[in-house]
Amino acid sequence: MTTVEHSEGQDTPPTIPPEQDERRGTPVGRRVVLGMAGLGVLGILVGRRVQNWISDVMAPIQAADPTGLTQLLPAAGGFRFYTITGSFPSKSAVDYRLTISGLVDKPVTLTLDDLKAMPATSMVKDFQCVTGWRVSSVHWTGVQLGYLLDLAGVQPAGKALKFHSFDEADTESLTLEQARRSDVIVAYEMLGAPVTRDHGGPVRLYVAPMYGYKSLKWLDGIEVTSSVIPGYWENNGYDVDGWIGGSNGRDDTPVD
Amino acid sequence: MAGTTRPSTERVATPPPARLLRFDLGERVLHWLNAVLMLTMLGTGSALYIPELSELVGRRGLVLTIHVYAGIALPFPLLLTALAGRWGKAFRSDARRLNRWSADDRRWFRTRGRDAFVRLGKFNPGQKLNAAFTVGVIVVMLATGLIMKFPNEWPLSWRTGATFVHDWVYLAAAIVVAGHILFAVNDAESLRSMVRGWVPGSWARRHAPRWYEEQTGLRADGRGERSKAKA
Repeated sequence: MTTVEHSEGQDTPPTIPPEQDERRGTPVGRRVVLGMAGLGVLGILVGRRVQNWISDVMAPIQAADPTGLTQLLPAAGGFRFYTITGSFPSKSAVDYRLTISGLVDKPVTLTLDDLKAMPATSMVKDFQCVTGWRVSSVHWTGVQLGYLLDLAGVQPAGKALKFHSFDEADTESLTLEQARRSDVIVAYEMLGAPVTRDHGGPVRLYVAPMYGYKSLKWLDGIEVTSSVIPGYWENNGYDVDGWIGGSNGRDDTPVD
Repeated sequence: MAGTTRPSTERVATPPPARLLRFDLGERVLHWLNAVLMLTMLGTGSALYIPELSELVGRRGLVLTIHVYAGIALPFPLLLTALAGRWGKAFRSDARRLNRWSADDRRWFRTRGRDAFVRLGKFNPGQKLNAAFTVGVIVVMLATGLIMKFPNEWPLSWRTGATFVHDWVYLAAAIVVAGHILFAVNDAESLRSMVRGWVPGSWARRHAPRWYEEQTGLRADGRGERSKAKA
């Protein structure tokens, strides 16, 4: 058997007219690449406006979509789930315990029922991620963090909080002043239902005025410390004081 | 036939070749390097993007690291092959064929391959579009990916815009790659030629008649006549 090697341009039979020679035709491929590059640049420049528009258009469609498939469309809104460990940690409502320790008068361990028996705070506020996506009007219910701190009694030396997650990797921090805001809660309800495992349930933090990375998921420990100890995402470059619209070089509209 | 300059023996002088080299070793290595990197990008990208997969895979930091490094590596096989002197000769020649469309290519595209009189060269317009689209994807994804990776070097709205573009191009690329694999699986000879390099002469006559004629000097309609002699 013979195998014919490439022999460019030498054996062209005269029967191929130039307009039919694929080595000499119109450079359509180059135009496609340049066109895509141009659209890409345009998308970078105006993508934010287009994305907001798509989110507005898609919101009513998604509300009526029982399959959830429309959630997968880019920029269509909805939560994106981040976990920094190998899997989503799991703890049942019965096994769940929240401990408050560190520079406190009396360390406290609470069950989910204990939390639910405390004065509840509900609010409807947006969830804004530092990477740009935002879920508007999320229904949150939980106990104000300040209420829990008073329960344990913060010692004079206590100036900040360190939060632990039962994913055993994520940590977060707040100053005492930030923690005592009325819109900072230990949440057990989100989207009008118990916080699901994917969203950080059964109990997570919700720090309304700050970017989502401050709202630690799978919360199981609050430790009062003498100074702010930067958490996981802060060690990866995000601002310790993660105010929405006032940190990380971003100008998002603050959550009211 | 006496008196003619064409010896009658030439009609049967060259038997049609059983095989034609479609892709040389450099091109095949390039293709499979690209394939591995592209599938790595789609796989890790999906794990970062689709909530159900994120949940299944987890390890966001590790997945993101693989995604970023594979993405930075992605343009290099193409660039290095293009610059590889004689090792890149066949690739450069095929890149030119993929870039350029003949009149037949345009008619094939307009009639969606239904015009029986269209005679294609080495690649059909679908393959040409796939190649151009893939290069475009690499360019756009690299640019938007770098903006997302180093968000502080640019105006803030660029980052949101880059994420927006990255998301949509991901969706388009996933569909096109799936289509590419589907077409390849449905044409076993074409797929095999990306592994062993050659296609049967009969395949080339049917799918790439003008390339067959150009390479062999024979007519693709199977009469085995020297087309040079015919002129």
